[in-house]
Amino acid sequence: MAVAEAVVAVIKSLLAALPGLAFSSSLVAAVLPDNRIDLMHHSYQGGGVSIDGPALMLRSKVGEQVSVSGFYYVDTVSGASIDVVATASAYSETRIESRLGVDYLTGNSILSVNYAQSDEDDYNAKSVSLGVAHDTFGGMTTLSLTAAAGDDEIGRNGDASFSEQLRRYSYSFGVTQVLTTRWISALNAEVDMEQGFLNNPYRSVRYRDPMAELGYGYQFERYPNTRNSFALGLVNKFYLPYRAALTASLRHYQDSWDIRAFDAELEYVHPLAERWVLDSHLRWYQQGQASFYADLFDFANQQNFMARDKELSDFNNLSVGVGASYRFASWAWWPTAKPELNLEWDHIRFNYNNFRNVTVTGAEPGAEPLYRLTANVYRAFFSVYF
Amino acid sequence: MKMILKPCCAIKSLTAILLFVSLTGCASIEPWVKPYERAELADPIMAFGRHPVAIQHSAHVRDSREAAKGADGSGGGGCGCN
Repeated sequence: MAVAEAVVAVIKSLLAALPGLAFSSSLVAAVLPDNRIDLMHHSYQGGGVSIDGPALMLRSKVGEQVSVSGFYYVDTVSGASIDVVATASAYSETRIESRLGVDYLTGNSILSVNYAQSDEDDYNAKSVSLGVAHDTFGGMTTLSLTAAAGDDEIGRNGDASFSEQLRRYSYSFGVTQVLTTRWISALNAEVDMEQGFLNNPYRSVRYRDPMAELGYGYQFERYPNTRNSFALGLVNKFYLPYRAALTASLRHYQDSWDIRAFDAELEYVHPLAERWVLDSHLRWYQQGQASFYADLFDFANQQNFMARDKELSDFNNLSVGVGASYRFASWAWWPTAKPELNLEWDHIRFNYNNFRNVTVTGAEPGAEPLYRLTANVYRAFFSVYF
Repeated sequence: MKMILKPCCAIKSLTAILLFVSLTGCASIEPWVKPYERAELADPIMAFGRHPVAIQHSAHVRDSREAAKGADGSGGGGCGCN
């Protein structure tokens, strides 16, 4: 029922914006995305946690005006993050995500409808999005508008009586502009609104307790029931004179929990000989803490909202990544297909500025060393363009 | 807690921007990069989202560990990150 209401709301907002798009003149038609199949194995290793699994993506045109896509993705999580080590036992779980999408080409516009579903033992999320992208100004400008709504159901393993809900709404607007024969730029803005249970139902905050053996105790964290955020991203792509591409991305984020974040990324893509494409990137991310975050509260129930999620703390991370693609010769049994193998590796270092490592024993409460986390992310995928 | 934007305001603002760009964007300036001059921009190495399946995974890894989200084409859902 909630999803149905959300769908109606999304359709209304898009219909309100469509007349504006219709007024635009254009000389070059939009095109549907290329047909492709991707089969991937992904892996994340870091902070005592291992997450891996397969993913499959398929996109194919149906006639001249329609393109359909499907995405199936599995996360198998095992191990114990520092949050789990401090307050619970190691666990394993599986998350399955599936997406279906349809793109419809009409004149210079592409209308898109997407449905996504994510299922875990204790978390089920559904969302629907509607989007429109319109080419204008001689094909030099693409305007896009997307509205999405989601409905999540949250449970807690081992507590059958626990059941909470979360509703999510998202609106984004983008302008992609060709600036020169070798420079294209994209500006994207997004507003997200969430209402409902935003906590992690397993995580706790710690507070000073002179009576406790460690000098501190734990209680469940408490978040506000609403969160509104705004993000603005700018991407510039440059074609270099010797056939290579350089991409520079910047993004600013802020939300109603007083978190401010900024990230910057440089990516360099370099073809090598006829069949190889090499890729490397460097990314910097930093954020400030939420207004109700503390590593160690002075006493239990110190304030209405309390969090000790490291994701809401003050931290930064630096990522470096490399990748390589190899294009195989065409198959005799499917001559129009272009098979390709891709390998990617990212190395990420997180530096937390006010989240302390409580697994270190012997330190005074609040004087433990700051937590550090190193992660490696691998992706291997086989793609067929057809 | 501060309210950044109400839903109705967000929709109105986006629609207004869209209308402004649509109605005034091409009134007096001619497109200066012709379609036949876009061969290099059309090179696959210049594509936004060259590998969608990898981008989905990369966005999921980041969204689960960072507070920031949005304006990069990533989606929502559970995070598998208890």
